[in-house]
Amino acid sequence: MSQADANPFEPKLTPGRARMIPWLTVVGGSACTALPLIATVPILPPLGLVMLLAWRLLARFALRPWAAAPLGLFDDLVSGQPLGSAVLIWSVIFLAIDLVESRLVFRDFWQDWLIAAGATLFAIIMGRVLALPIGARVDGAMLAQAAATILLFPIATRFVAWIDRKRGMV
Amino acid sequence: MVAPVRDRRTGFSRRRQYGQFLGYVLAVAGLVVGAVLLVVSQFNPPLFAGLRMGVATVTVPASSAMMSLRDAVAIVPDAINGWVFAHAENERMKAELAVSRPLLMRARTIAYDNRRLRRLLDLRDRDEQVVTAARLVSSTASSGRRFALLDAGRLSGVQPGMPVRGPDGLVGRVVETGPNAARVLLLSDAASIVPVRRTRDGMPALAVGRGDGALDIRSVDTTNVRFGAGELFVTSGTGGLYVPGIPVARVARAGMDTVLAHPLAQPDRLDFAIVSRVFVPLPPARPAQAVTPQP
Repeated sequence: MSQADANPFEPKLTPGRARMIPWLTVVGGSACTALPLIATVPILPPLGLVMLLAWRLLARFALRPWAAAPLGLFDDLVSGQPLGSAVLIWSVIFLAIDLVESRLVFRDFWQDWLIAAGATLFAIIMGRVLALPIGARVDGAMLAQAAATILLFPIATRFVAWIDRKRGMV
Repeated sequence: MVAPVRDRRTGFSRRRQYGQFLGYVLAVAGLVVGAVLLVVSQFNPPLFAGLRMGVATVTVPASSAMMSLRDAVAIVPDAINGWVFAHAENERMKAELAVSRPLLMRARTIAYDNRRLRRLLDLRDRDEQVVTAARLVSSTASSGRRFALLDAGRLSGVQPGMPVRGPDGLVGRVVETGPNAARVLLLSDAASIVPVRRTRDGMPALAVGRGDGALDIRSVDTTNVRFGAGELFVTSGTGGLYVPGIPVARVARAGMDTVLAHPLAQPDRLDFAIVSRVFVPLPPARPAQAVTPQP
């Protein structure tokens, strides 16, 4: 259903609530570690990171430039990584995406996907280096986790686009 | 296609220019704060543990409810399985019982002798004091660290350091506690080290987690040590944390010095986990005594 068919006189969300929604979706993605899944290998894709990337690449001004740090703090509290690792990694990702955007002016979806893939690989590898000693045998599982996360990006972008339409800030 | 960012200029508005600049300053400040937090995390301050357990206090009841829902739904396929395979399972269990019954009688005799001899020698009591039984409700599935959350906390008497075991063997130990939740470091985490001994001859070893669900059994002796496949390792009580005699792992492949082993307790198939007291608790801190002058 396109924007033209929607009722133009329907009251939209209040601006405060509309601005909270991207934050809530990223926090909800991070909180998916509360699912009752006792994993022996790292198999769950980092959903908070996927939602963050989807919002940043599709709707740049939905999240503030400094939003990566508090969202990363919440992700650290639930994900079991040392506190500060996602704060650092997600902030670096935001600044790196800014750099890429200033060089690559016109972006299609597959360029967005490539940027997201690079950011995901960086986040997962840095997370592994910061949290585990070098001798741990998790590298195969983490590469599979990275592949699964990258493949989830289009679904996340569809979800983000649907939310953006619903909250009236297309 | 996204419109190029250059088109969203700040223009002549001073407020917008300052706002954009401040946004980037805060972004870099967030990065620096993250680096500082990471460095401080190396020292494991209790504030961070408190924050983590604060969030866990909220998520653990939700995870517990989802787990009950999952169990309620899983009753249907389990019941159907039980109905279809009842005959085969019956035969298998009868055979297992026939093997186990004489072993159980022998174990009971040995346990009685053991208790009698220990009382004669006036040795320290070694029975496990159970604090509480709880469930592992969620885990750090997206990270390389293997932590699980237990749905019992300080209100149930759980303290950091207490060992956690399942019916099949050791699962891990409690590292942080909140009022109604506790974080358990599982055996297969890369930072988990358990002193163990071989059941056959009491040879000491260390069971170190590999991070992928298996353990490395490392010998502590300096001479060439051979491990055979299928050897059983139990906790040795060294270090005073784990009660001796809890089964830990079984060696998968024969080798020397360091071998791969699989833990006996599978945390993802655990029904209930038992938290017990620390084997040798630290003595309470004594007040400083006055220095007596030397004669």
